Amino acid sequence: MKITKHTVDYVANLARLNFNDEEALKLSAQMEDILAYMDKLNSLNTENVIPMEHVKPVSNIFRKDMVSPSFDREQILRNAPVKEDGAFKVPKIVE
Amino acid sequence: MTIEQLHGKLISKEIKVEELVHQYYEKIEAKDKDISAYISLCKDNAMKNAVLIQERINQNKDITPLTGIPMAIKDNMCTKDSKTTCGSKMLENFEPPYNATVVEKLESSGSILLGKLNMDEFAMGGSTENSAFKKTKNPYDLSRVPGGSSGGSAACVAADMAVFTLGSDTGGSIRQPASFCGVVGLKPTYGTISRYGLVAFASSLDQIGPITKTVTDAGLVLNATAGKDKYDSTSSERNIADYNEYLKKDIKNIKLAVPRQYLASGISAEVKDSILNAINEYEKMGIVCEYVDLKLADYAIAAYYIISSAEASSNLARYDGIKYGYHSENYTNLIELYKNSRSEGFGAEVKRRIMLGTYALSSGYYDAYYKKALQVRTLIKNEFDKIFETYDGIIGPTAPTTAYKIGEKSEDPLEMYLGDVYTVSVNIAGLPAISIPCGFDSHHLPVGLQIIGKAFDERKILQIAYAYEQQSSFQGLIKEAK
Repeated sequence: MKITKHTVDYVANLARLNFNDEEALKLSAQMEDILAYMDKLNSLNTENVIPMEHVKPVSNIFRKDMVSPSFDREQILRNAPVKEDGAFKVPKIVE
Repeated sequence: MTIEQLHGKLISKEIKVEELVHQYYEKIEAKDKDISAYISLCKDNAMKNAVLIQERINQNKDITPLTGIPMAIKDNMCTKDSKTTCGSKMLENFEPPYNATVVEKLESSGSILLGKLNMDEFAMGGSTENSAFKKTKNPYDLSRVPGGSSGGSAACVAADMAVFTLGSDTGGSIRQPASFCGVVGLKPTYGTISRYGLVAFASSLDQIGPITKTVTDAGLVLNATAGKDKYDSTSSERNIADYNEYLKKDIKNIKLAVPRQYLASGISAEVKDSILNAINEYEKMGIVCEYVDLKLADYAIAAYYIISSAEASSNLARYDGIKYGYHSENYTNLIELYKNSRSEGFGAEVKRRIMLGTYALSSGYYDAYYKKALQVRTLIKNEFDKIFETYDGIIGPTAPTTAYKIGEKSEDPLEMYLGDVYTVSVNIAGLPAISIPCGFDSHHLPVGLQIIGKAFDERKILQIAYAYEQQSSFQGLIKEAK
C-alpha cells in the first residue's frame, strides 16, 4: 500500500495531529514500510474466523443507580491548563 | 537483598524501616546519576511512612510480607497529588486526583514507595529511549539500553535501587527489560491485577506486573496486588490466596513445550545457546521438554502492532489540551488547540502509533487491517489453547538478543518492533508469562528465559521458574551495579 503525503495529511487530520512537510515525508516512508510488513497477515486464511476484540468475553456491567461521593470540582480542575468560574475554558465554538 | 530476606530482618528488628529506606535513598543518590532509572522521588513521604510502618511492626499489627519493604513503580501508575508523567511531555505536570488501585494495595501492604520510574513515552517502545525526559542505562553496561518500556523498573531492581518494582506489559514491556537487566519480570494473565489508575495504552492488552530479584518475590508482590476491583470491570473474580503455593511441589510431572519457531531465524547464537542449556537443565530435572510448532509466531508482531496502535489511537484521543496535560499557547480555534497541543505534547513514536492506529481504523481500511488482525488474534489464541491441552508451559527466549547499544535501533521503528517477536503473542492471547535470568553472553550481558502458562496458571509458571532458579548456577546473579 502506497502511503502518499496526501494520505498522511488525511489521517493526521482524523488523529488531530500536525506534521510539517519534512515530518510527513519521513512518516509516509515509515508507515509504508510498517504496513507492508503487516500485509503478511493477508497470507493467512481467516474466512469465517470470528474476530476477537478481547480475550475475556466482555459485556456491559451495570451498577445500582445510587448516589455516592465523586470528585470535588476544584480537585478535578486543578490540572486544567485554562479555567474560569469553576469550568474548563475553551475557545469559542458557536458563532 | 530480596523481599524474603529483608522481611526476616525487619520482623526480627535487626533493621529498622527508617534505616532501610534511608539506605535505599543513599544508593539512589550514589548510582542513579549514572543509571537514570528514576523520574521522581518522594523522599519526605517515604521517610514519614517509614516511621508509621515501624510503629506497625513494633505493635505486631497488620504485618504482610511487604511491610517496610522499599519499592518503586513505573511512572504510568497514578499517585494522588504527585506527578505521573507517563514519560511524556503531555503529562509532565499532571498530578492525578486519585491513586491507582495497585498504589492503594501496596500502601495497605505496608511497603514504602521511594519514587516513580522512567519509561518509554506512554509505554510505547522497547528501549526506554522514547522517554521525554531521560535515557535510562543498563546497569550491566552503561552504554546499553535497559530494554523497555519498563526500562526504569528493570534497571532499578538490577542496580538494587529498590527491592522490587512494578512495570506494565502491553507487548513485552515487563519481560523484555527484565531479560536485558538480569532480573525476574512477571506479566500476569490479563485481568489479574486491576488496571484502574494505569494510564491506558492498549486496554485489551495492558497488564501490570512485578519486577523482582527472585521468583519467590514475584509471587509475593502478585499476592499483594492481584484481585477483583470494582473500578476495573475486566479484573478477574478469581481469588488465589497464595501464588507461591506450588513453588516447592514436585516438578516431575510437568511437561514443557519448546516452539521450534522461537529458536529459528532471527535469534542471536548466544541467546539460543543459553536457552538450549536451560532446556537441558529442565530435562536433567526429569521434566519432559518437547519441540512443538507455533506456526503463527511469525504473524504475531503484525497483528499486535495493528491492534495495539488502534487501541492507542482511541485511548490517546483524550489528550485534548483542555482537561489536563500539555496545552499549546498557539491557537485561534478549538481544532487548532487540539492539533497543536497534541503535536507539541506527544513524541515521535507516540504520534507514529496514533497515525498507524487511526489509519487501521479508518474507513476503507478497517476490514483489511483491524478486523483481519482480530481474526488472527483468534487463531493465535486457538494455537496456544491447543498446545496447553498437552503441556503445562511453553519455554523459550524472552528476546532475540541481549541489551543493545543506546541509539542502535532508535532510527528504525520496524526493526525495534521486531524485537518483540517472542513476547507480543502472550498479550494477544491474554496469557501469563515470566522472564527469568538464564545465562550471560560473551559481553557479560544477561539472557532471559521466558515461561508462558495457561490463563490464570501463574502458580505453575512460578513453580517452573523456581525449579530452574534453585538449581541454576545463576544464583547470586544480581550483582550490585558499578
